[in-house]
Amino acid sequence: MMRPVQWVGELLSNRRVGAYQLVTVAAPGLAERMRPGQFVAVAVGGRLSSVLPRRCFSIYATRPQGLYAGTAQFVLDVTGAGTGWLADVAAGERLDLIGPLGSPFLLSDEPMRAVLVGEEHSSAALLPLADALHARDCSVDFVLMAPTADRVFGELEAKRTGAAVTITTEDSRAAAEQTLVEVLDGVLERGPADVLYASGSLDMLGEVAVAGSAHHVPCQVAVEVPMACGTGLCAGCVLPVVGDDGVTRMLRSCVDGPVFFANRVRWDELARIPADCLGAEAMGVG
Amino acid sequence: MLEDVLEAPAIDLTATLAGAVLPNPVLTAAGCAMAGRELAEFVDVSRLGAVVTPSVTRDPRAGSPTPRITETPSGLLSAVGMPGPGIDALLAADLPWLDHLGARAVVSIAGRTIGEYAELAGRLHGAPAVSLLEINLSCPSAEDGRDFACDPDAAGLVVAEVRAAADPATPVFAKLSPNVTDIVPVAQACALAGADGLSMINTVAGVAVDPYTMRPALADIFGGLSGPAVRPVAVRCVWQVHAALPQLPILGMGGITCGLDALQFVLAGASAVSVGTALFHDPGTPLRVLDELRDLLVERGFERLADAVGQAHRPEEDV
Repeated sequence: MMRPVQWVGELLSNRRVGAYQLVTVAAPGLAERMRPGQFVAVAVGGRLSSVLPRRCFSIYATRPQGLYAGTAQFVLDVTGAGTGWLADVAAGERLDLIGPLGSPFLLSDEPMRAVLVGEEHSSAALLPLADALHARDCSVDFVLMAPTADRVFGELEAKRTGAAVTITTEDSRAAAEQTLVEVLDGVLERGPADVLYASGSLDMLGEVAVAGSAHHVPCQVAVEVPMACGTGLCAGCVLPVVGDDGVTRMLRSCVDGPVFFANRVRWDELARIPADCLGAEAMGVG
Repeated sequence: MLEDVLEAPAIDLTATLAGAVLPNPVLTAAGCAMAGRELAEFVDVSRLGAVVTPSVTRDPRAGSPTPRITETPSGLLSAVGMPGPGIDALLAADLPWLDHLGARAVVSIAGRTIGEYAELAGRLHGAPAVSLLEINLSCPSAEDGRDFACDPDAAGLVVAEVRAAADPATPVFAKLSPNVTDIVPVAQACALAGADGLSMINTVAGVAVDPYTMRPALADIFGGLSGPAVRPVAVRCVWQVHAALPQLPILGMGGITCGLDALQFVLAGASAVSVGTALFHDPGTPLRVLDELRDLLVERGFERLADAVGQAHRPEEDV
């Protein structure tokens, strides 16, 4: 794995894309190392900031060559003061980034049919993945979801690169009295997939895991969870995950993830320490 | 490079924490740097005064459920629950790794009973890289649920047992909690029980309520506040304890982000400092703090770090 670097880079552009903000930063030492699924941790608030935790974003695109060589792009949703500050940073100002962080999506060497499921702006992580899959002669279908149509991210780009793009919103599912699992059932029944990749909230990923398991399709998920550091130091972003030895441990999403095999995550026990987790006994839950 | 060496100001930054002599006074803080591996992705951990490990326990601990951390102005409120694989993994992997790098370790130990603390101290006897033991007294006692750090008698009993079980050549520091009416009697009890020095402060107890869920923001409800928000509280504790026990070395921590912050602790009475929460923002913080502290001491005419320790206590007529 490439070691992460800390890079203070010039912000080249900061523009609205639908409901989200697309940030482009010159960060050559960092951009060239990024692989799909990895993320950057960005300091917010400037030098006098009282905000300690960084904000973490999946990498949307890197440009190794051409006019924008050495740039990295990420997509953010303004949900609070930190992301609000980032959305207002002007071109020419500098951003303090750390990356690449986390584990990337694993790719097969064989050509296969992949279905990529993305929620809101978390879909950004899947677009560079689609490029990497295409380079391996894989076929790529997308399922893009959001509460409402205006919050779907990457539809045009997905349509340009994907064989089929399914858009599903909470509105549309409510109208059709469908769950996300049922939508995914339909997609997987229309064309069997060899692999599922998903990026989004834990709630959504849990449903993708159910669909993948029902259809016996291996599934990798990139989890979107709050992180204070992104570098593995704070241990704030843990999930119960089953290891190769069958033992459940509380793993850090930032360094042990953010990409996990969906069938390893204890989706029903995210809000607690599972009783059979390593070290549960000492917490009084064993 | 040669010019850098020639221009480097002549100052002796050796930090003496009882019997532990460290090449410089900037350490990490317990629970904020793991055992150094994650930090080593960014910095040469052998350049730190020492790496302070997360509080190690006898048995593996899963830690607290999530959410474990919430951000507050100039700080973090956290209840992580001291997760870790236990003492076996520290002895088998982390300490040999630090030793191999030429780094120094301060091992923070935590127990549910006095016996567990003593057992950990005994297991660390002769372990590689260990410069010092730091007793995390902010642990609830299995007997009455009260933190050892909140009762001078309980704190003293832990210190006495750890001091008796530990390698006599390894200094034992007791880490004090600010969540007490008066920190000085706890410090005195620890000193009387044989503590070679004191670390302060542990986090400040707090609660945050999530206005959206209208529930506590942390799964454990209660958390510990850290970061620059607590710094004056920490400097106050260092000040009080140094005034009461001027001979006892202090490892100071609480919201240090830059050399000026570290200097405050030194002047108030700390012989060395730990950088904690700032690592989450920038893993390069401790080495930057060290460089800045060196320059600040030189600017003020100090030739030895040790001469600056406690200088803020000097009588006004000496100013």
